Amino acid sequence: MHIPDGFINAGTSIAAGVVSAGGIGAALRRAAREMEDRQAPLAGLVAAFVFAAQMLNFPIAAGTSGHLLGGVLAAVLVGPWAGAICVALVLLVQAIFFADGGLSALGLNVLNMAILGALGGYVVFRVLRDVLPKRRPMVVVAAALAAWASVVLASLAFFAEYAVGGVGGVPLGAVFTAMVGIHALIGVGEAVITALTVSAVMAVRPDLVFGARDLAPGPGAAGPRVALEA
Amino acid sequence: MSGPHAHALYVHGHTPVHRLAPEAKLAAQLLFVLAVVATPREAFWAFGVYALLVAVVVGLARLPIAFVAKRLLFEVPFVLFAVLMPFVSRGERVDVLGVSLSVEGLWGAWNVLAKATLGLAASIVVAATTTMPELLRGLERLRMPRALTSTLSFMIRYADVVAEEMRRMKIARDSRAYDPRWLWQARAVAAAAGALFIRSYERGERVYLAMLSRGYAGSMPRLEEAATPAVVWAAALAVPAAAAAVAATAWVVGR
Repeated sequence: MHIPDGFINAGTSIAAGVVSAGGIGAALRRAAREMEDRQAPLAGLVAAFVFAAQMLNFPIAAGTSGHLLGGVLAAVLVGPWAGAICVALVLLVQAIFFADGGLSALGLNVLNMAILGALGGYVVFRVLRDVLPKRRPMVVVAAALAAWASVVLASLAFFAEYAVGGVGGVPLGAVFTAMVGIHALIGVGEAVITALTVSAVMAVRPDLVFGARDLAPGPGAAGPRVALEA
Repeated sequence: MSGPHAHALYVHGHTPVHRLAPEAKLAAQLLFVLAVVATPREAFWAFGVYALLVAVVVGLARLPIAFVAKRLLFEVPFVLFAVLMPFVSRGERVDVLGVSLSVEGLWGAWNVLAKATLGLAASIVVAATTTMPELLRGLERLRMPRALTSTLSFMIRYADVVAEEMRRMKIARDSRAYDPRWLWQARAVAAAAGALFIRSYERGERVYLAMLSRGYAGSMPRLEEAATPAVVWAAALAVPAAAAAVAATAWVVGR
């Protein structure tokens, strides 16, 4: 899913970079309002979590595994704006230091995975929450479906980018079948892990789940809790 | 972290490339990769010149050849897609060893492999000569918004802590002889991810409270303000400038 250098032409990559920069700029303003001066340490630690979670391989079947993209997971846990920023920062470090996704394609990758993956996925989550009954288990169901949709959405965005500025003349029908088809499967893994992780957090600290704030808060919710260990 | 300012991809050294201002290095990396991507794929000689440019910088930075070669072998799964191109692309076809391949697809595969490899090589050089604090300072001096750089600084500082925490959980699970292999066993992995999130978030809260108690009022102080001399910029940007000249020549004359 991480697009390397040379896959999409320079013009399309730069255009995506401009769109992504605008999107992350907007996310920054909204996140700053939501998190105030807690933003740097909290969003930073959550970004470190996304970074680590991407290293977490989940089994698909014996021998094969996929890794988490984490866009919807981050958005449901800490809110769409902070979630998009966390994913974008992870992509930035991966592009500069690890060439995991080309530096010239950073705009494309941020657009697909941070803006469409986290923000777009969160829109799907919100719509589902509005449609589904207002109960705790439904948060998990909505997160699962939104996680699947976000992976497919990112692959659709890749298809559109390839159609506009892709190289190699692969028939668009074949690109569509291959990318969207494969990602519809990968999305199942993303959905299962996202749902189970959200339900694990809901079981212990439901007050931390941004996407469930409208439900009745448990005791001790809101505000930072002072813990004993350092 | 393994040392005060080292990360796994860093190669310790005191070369001109190591000393170069990080903001100049990052700008050079981005401009170089953009020049490479903008080069017409038919200009084989241009890619030779790019490889030579990278090789010169690798030499100046005294990076061990084996280290760079090993990192270059680190192939991205996306390259698989490039390898498939000649088989599935449409248009004129040629026979190579009895297999019918698409000419357009072969060009596409070459395009991706050449450009992605040069991008990877540039990132290997930058990662091997730049520490994480330098990366942060560079991004800050490139006018990245403060909110992003300060968030990034926490991410970088705690990435290893969080990753180690995850590794400890995996060891704990393995030592209880549970090794999930199938999707329906994913609950164990996800429970660990959930616990990891809570631990990361609570650590973030504790760090925030510790910062408040030390007088934090919303932004971190800047430690140094000295501007980067034009000479340093010129030295760093010589590489992408040469690359841009090559790309322009390739468009005008080459092919």
